[in-house]
Amino acid sequence: MNVLELQHLKKYYATHKAVDDISFSIPKGSIFGLLGPNGAGKTTLLRMITGIFYPDAGEILFDGRPFDPRNDIQYIGYMPEERGLYKKMKVGEQAMYLAQLKGLSTQEARQKIDYWFNRFDITSWSNKKIEELSKGMQQKVQFISTIMHQPKLLILDEPFSGLDPINSQLIQDEIFQLAKSGTTIIFSTHRMEQVEEICDHIVLVNKGKKVLDGPVKQIRQDFKHHLYRIGLDEMPNPAQMATYHFTIVKNHEKGFTVKINEHSSTNDILAHFINQGIQINYFEEILPTIHEVFIQQVKTTDMEAVAN
Amino acid sequence: MNKIWIIIKREFLTRVRKKSFIVTTLLLPIFFAAMIILPGVFISSDNDEKVAVIDESGYFAGKLPDEKGIHYTFVDAKVDTFKKSYRNQGYTGLLHIPKLDLNRLPAFVYYSKGQMPFSLRGSMEKRLESVVEDKRMEAAGIDKSKLEDIRADINIENLAGEAEKKGSSTVAYIVGWVAGFLIYIVLLVFGMMVMRGVMEEKTNRIAEVMVSSVKPFQLMMGKIVGIAGVGLLQFIIWTGIMILLNTLLLPLLGGDTEVAAGTQMSGSAKFTEQIALAMASIDWFTLLPLFLFYFLGGYLFYAALFAAVGSLVNEDPNDAQSLTFPITLPIIVAIIIMIQAVVNPTSPLAVWGSIIPFTSPVVMMARIPYGVPGTVPYWQLGLSMVSLIAGFLGTTWVAAKIYRTGILMYGKKVTLGEVGKWIFKKS
Repeated sequence: MNVLELQHLKKYYATHKAVDDISFSIPKGSIFGLLGPNGAGKTTLLRMITGIFYPDAGEILFDGRPFDPRNDIQYIGYMPEERGLYKKMKVGEQAMYLAQLKGLSTQEARQKIDYWFNRFDITSWSNKKIEELSKGMQQKVQFISTIMHQPKLLILDEPFSGLDPINSQLIQDEIFQLAKSGTTIIFSTHRMEQVEEICDHIVLVNKGKKVLDGPVKQIRQDFKHHLYRIGLDEMPNPAQMATYHFTIVKNHEKGFTVKINEHSSTNDILAHFINQGIQINYFEEILPTIHEVFIQQVKTTDMEAVAN
Repeated sequence: MNKIWIIIKREFLTRVRKKSFIVTTLLLPIFFAAMIILPGVFISSDNDEKVAVIDESGYFAGKLPDEKGIHYTFVDAKVDTFKKSYRNQGYTGLLHIPKLDLNRLPAFVYYSKGQMPFSLRGSMEKRLESVVEDKRMEAAGIDKSKLEDIRADINIENLAGEAEKKGSSTVAYIVGWVAGFLIYIVLLVFGMMVMRGVMEEKTNRIAEVMVSSVKPFQLMMGKIVGIAGVGLLQFIIWTGIMILLNTLLLPLLGGDTEVAAGTQMSGSAKFTEQIALAMASIDWFTLLPLFLFYFLGGYLFYAALFAAVGSLVNEDPNDAQSLTFPITLPIIVAIIIMIQAVVNPTSPLAVWGSIIPFTSPVVMMARIPYGVPGTVPYWQLGLSMVSLIAGFLGTTWVAAKIYRTGILMYGKKVTLGEVGKWIFKKS
């Protein structure tokens, strides 16, 4: 079942089309990556999903029904990229305030705060003012106040910026935990290695349009260049390398990167080396990273835009 | 509805619990009391002028009685020598009156260490002139007591309205001034407070977190109402302090001076009585509720505009200054009209100033102490109140539109034209 479905969503500003006919859907419990270069329309898209902006055209379905910001907002947790807390407020009061605004009663909020503060080991900060905390600590408080009300849909815009590796890992683990317990997560970032690590599914937007949409594994398969890396005990002499099964793309110290030729199979490559009596140490397919796909796709769409 | 209440509570509590709130709330009345009391303290202290008089004409002997802060002592000495030694004998100045012809007065000379105080010059000249005038009358054969009989002293007693209420335009003037000025201060101080609050939310990027939980309108109204609560609380405390001072301190003060200044006993008692009479001449049951109305109405009218401006400001504080100017301008115009209105409460400027909502909260408060419906007819009051209500609904509507877009807009400097578009954009 899809928690969120966007159908032909449009948002035009006076000077440009921020979101121009974007559709996709997000299955329940998935971790969904929303990628795009700066100014691609990600923030506008997220602001429509969180009910801050109304779309000019198109429809948003939340939990199968048309999205009603007034009620559905309490099932959404949104941590914007540019985030802030009241500097002069105490950590505990701040969390309580934000929880109440999400519709929690004082008692419920108290419980949740105790639970999460314990879990993140920040109970002792409760009476400190936000301005006394480091940036990373503030980030933790912000994260907690985003998930306290157990949202069905959690939207995280660059959640790891400003965090040290330990806290990054802590939050990443928390994200996996939440997804496992059924929370759907939209994850927006520029950091592609995190996308591969965390997301099941991605959508790539550029210049207000959707460029790419699919599961991470699928996309890497779709964009592969049929490259393989082979590690050898010793380098063969060039005469031994004549074959119609593959072409050498790159020489390594002990091995090659090869591109498989059409109508050949990976076994043909292996057989070639085995027949030459060369010891093979490893053999693996090289899939493009999401980073490479991203850059390639963004460049292509930018070029198309110029051509048009 | 519930959410807006949570916001109001936060806005109110965070401000009221601040040390600066407690300090200003308690210190301001003390400051005002000091302003009223201190000059009196300084005047009655012993830096009186002790003037030595060398009178060569012989006309003034015994005719220069002591005045408040000035003591005349006639000395029999030569000017040339005495002007060198008068200060050693404890005098602050030496007045030399030469031999004179009553019809052709020479210059009188006053020797002193520094420049002669303005007030001393005034009262000394008056005193000397009246002595000379008396002498001239004598010379012309006019009986002074007859002249006194001829002089007239008229006092107008003003009975206003059908109830023939005894009024005092002096009291109305003072009360009008104070009330109008208070509203002016309220508009600026609390308006700025709203603006700073909005700016804080925008520049710290709290707004974006907040608007994913509440509507921008709720956020804005919560802040405006919360700060209104702060203002009201402050006024309640101040009124309380004033009543307390009135009932406790005033009789105490009166009693004190009576004992201390024996001869002025009747004077100070009369003064207290006069104040009581003056207070009674104002219709407090009309004035206070109307003050509350114009206080709240004016605040709501301007607070929404200040919130809108706050939402337009980026990090640059210079922005704030140039953007607040269009809003502070009408408030300043209001106080200028108020200064006119309090002197001339029925002039067309005062009447229209008290009806147009941009200036009405300040100007109307200057007129009301003169009497409703005597000076301010019911239709004017009604029209003014209705247009103020319509006015703040209007400014709130406009401000909400600007605020909604403004708080999420970063980095770009907005032009007035763009803001205009936001206002007329359908939601």
